[in-house]
Amino acid sequence: MTDLKEHQDAAEQQASPELEKKVQRRESWRGFLHAAPAYVYLTIFFTLPLVIVFVFSFASRSRTGKPILEDWNLDSWAKLVDPLVRTIAIRSFWMAFFNTVLTLLIAYPFAYWIATRRRQSTRTILLIGVLIPFWSNFLVRTYAWRMLLDSDGFITQIGEMTGLWGRLLFTAPAVFIGLVYGYLPFMVLPLYAALERMDWSLVEAGRDLFASGPKAFRKITLPLSKPGIIAGSILVFIPSLGAYVTPDILGGGKTNLLGNYIVTQFGSAANWPFGSALSGAILIVMLIATILYFRTGGKTI
Amino acid sequence: MHAHKDGHLMSDQAAVGLHGVTKRFGETVVAVKDVDLEIPEGEFFSLLGPSGCGKTTTLRMIAGLEYPTEGSVRIYGEEMGVRPPNKRPVNTVFQSYALFPHMNVQDNISFGLRMQKVDEADVQLRVGRSIDLVRLTGMEKRKPNALSGGQQQRVALARALVNRPKVLLLDEPLGALDLKLRQTMQLELKDIQSEVGITFVYVTHDQEEALTMSDRIAVMNEGRLAQVGRPEDIYESPNSRFVAGFVGEMCFLPAHVVADGSVSLDGGAVVSATTTSGPGTDVTLAIRPEMLHLYAEASDAPSDRNSIDGSVSRTVFFGDSILYEVDVGAAGTMDVRVENIPSMRRWNVGDRVVVDFHREAATALNND
Repeated sequence: MTDLKEHQDAAEQQASPELEKKVQRRESWRGFLHAAPAYVYLTIFFTLPLVIVFVFSFASRSRTGKPILEDWNLDSWAKLVDPLVRTIAIRSFWMAFFNTVLTLLIAYPFAYWIATRRRQSTRTILLIGVLIPFWSNFLVRTYAWRMLLDSDGFITQIGEMTGLWGRLLFTAPAVFIGLVYGYLPFMVLPLYAALERMDWSLVEAGRDLFASGPKAFRKITLPLSKPGIIAGSILVFIPSLGAYVTPDILGGGKTNLLGNYIVTQFGSAANWPFGSALSGAILIVMLIATILYFRTGGKTI
Repeated sequence: MHAHKDGHLMSDQAAVGLHGVTKRFGETVVAVKDVDLEIPEGEFFSLLGPSGCGKTTTLRMIAGLEYPTEGSVRIYGEEMGVRPPNKRPVNTVFQSYALFPHMNVQDNISFGLRMQKVDEADVQLRVGRSIDLVRLTGMEKRKPNALSGGQQQRVALARALVNRPKVLLLDEPLGALDLKLRQTMQLELKDIQSEVGITFVYVTHDQEEALTMSDRIAVMNEGRLAQVGRPEDIYESPNSRFVAGFVGEMCFLPAHVVADGSVSLDGGAVVSATTTSGPGTDVTLAIRPEMLHLYAEASDAPSDRNSIDGSVSRTVFFGDSILYEVDVGAAGTMDVRVENIPSMRRWNVGDRVVVDFHREAATALNND
């Protein structure tokens, strides 16, 4: 009995900063172990290739086009200010921007509709519907679009019947159709997550305080779903900026965009250092843009 | 009084009038059944009942957040029909406050005025006054999540009151606060109501809150109005076992009417009570625990009153009072609440006692 008592006293005395630190160390070690597999994987298959790309951007090029890992220089980076690069970059930016806006305009009402279904089971089924396209390969789906948009394709036939449009394949609309289609789920899911979390009594409060339906949406629902809008826009904008498959297959690769321009550098142009510098530059710009976007967004939420 | 075209008679003073209001959700759920109510201007009116009794649905129909399946809702005589909430001269204080998390205190409070396009100078003036009224000066720029529960409650109140609604609807506004704060806010709300003179319709499941704050109370049960009246009426003459049991503590004994004003209990004791049904009816005798007194001998009790013999079976100490459970044989048990004052005799479990009460304290309620 006295032994036990003494033991307890000792334990209480030990509940000092020392003990706390020990517990904290153990916790952080455990936390690291949980994250370790992801760390290792990302380091080997993501960070390392990026470093290689970065290193190659300072390399030089032999006459035959082979990259040579000596005579380190900044030539490839200097070439980025070339007017041609700027034209391509601006074109890609606008395409990604319009695609993001278009996707947002289509995805928002849809996500809103799903989120406002009363029954959980209905919402789940609709969400699975959004994810079904992912069950098949992106390339396969893009080729399917090619068939739909080609001369004897279903969509072209409708257009010719109504006299509203002709063959869409290898035109700008075809590229946008493909891009919106491809990135729609990335916009719908974060929007749905934001809207589903919404406290709808806030909208009721807005209506009660003399806001009309559209006004309540603009003043309450829209600002409160902003985290979803930001997340969805980033998820759509970034991949559309470097989109390669869709413009190539549905647009015929006729116009130079950042995606196929980079591919060209590693292929026919055989200029690996320049391709690496381009990739690196996009990465840095996107990183800065994302950080700024989150910062400004984070403040107003 | 004047007759409306559909034949309903109603006074011009009624701030809110509900006539034959029924609300169904889907085919099977009936939330509110055939409610008739008239709430005069300036009244503090409470809808009281257990959860699911339809009190919140009734409030929401006045606000326009739900529309009645049948019947009519009128505000100052004007038929509301399916008019949306933004076109009704009422404002609501929501149960969880529903403060806009992306706006600060000032923007929350000015929201309604901005939506009504009140001019800016007037907005500033009225918002400033409301902030003073609910004592939130200095908090204008804070976001709701940086406020305590009591402060959030005050913002919600100011946000509604600043619009000078004809009727203020409050949906369990104090439900999320702790006891002490709730009691302070009860008094504060009552003060604010008499200061602004607006009709308050107050939804609560807390009978004490309803009794202390209201001018009149409507007790609701299973979508229907069980009883409407002043707090004193509801407490002292409940019209049903439900109301008697829901509002305040009540001790119930099965009984049988033997003559007008006289009932017999199981076990044979005959007591005087207020009766409404004729001899031969099975009833429930209802008595408030604080209306009962304990004596050691029947001879100690005043002679013109009811007395029942029993023995103390349990004692519960409350601080300001002591509750004795008295076993009165075949008739059952009675709870007796005795004020804890120095001159009062303390009883122990097993003591023989006589339970004494005035005939007017006992009501024979019809078994429903």
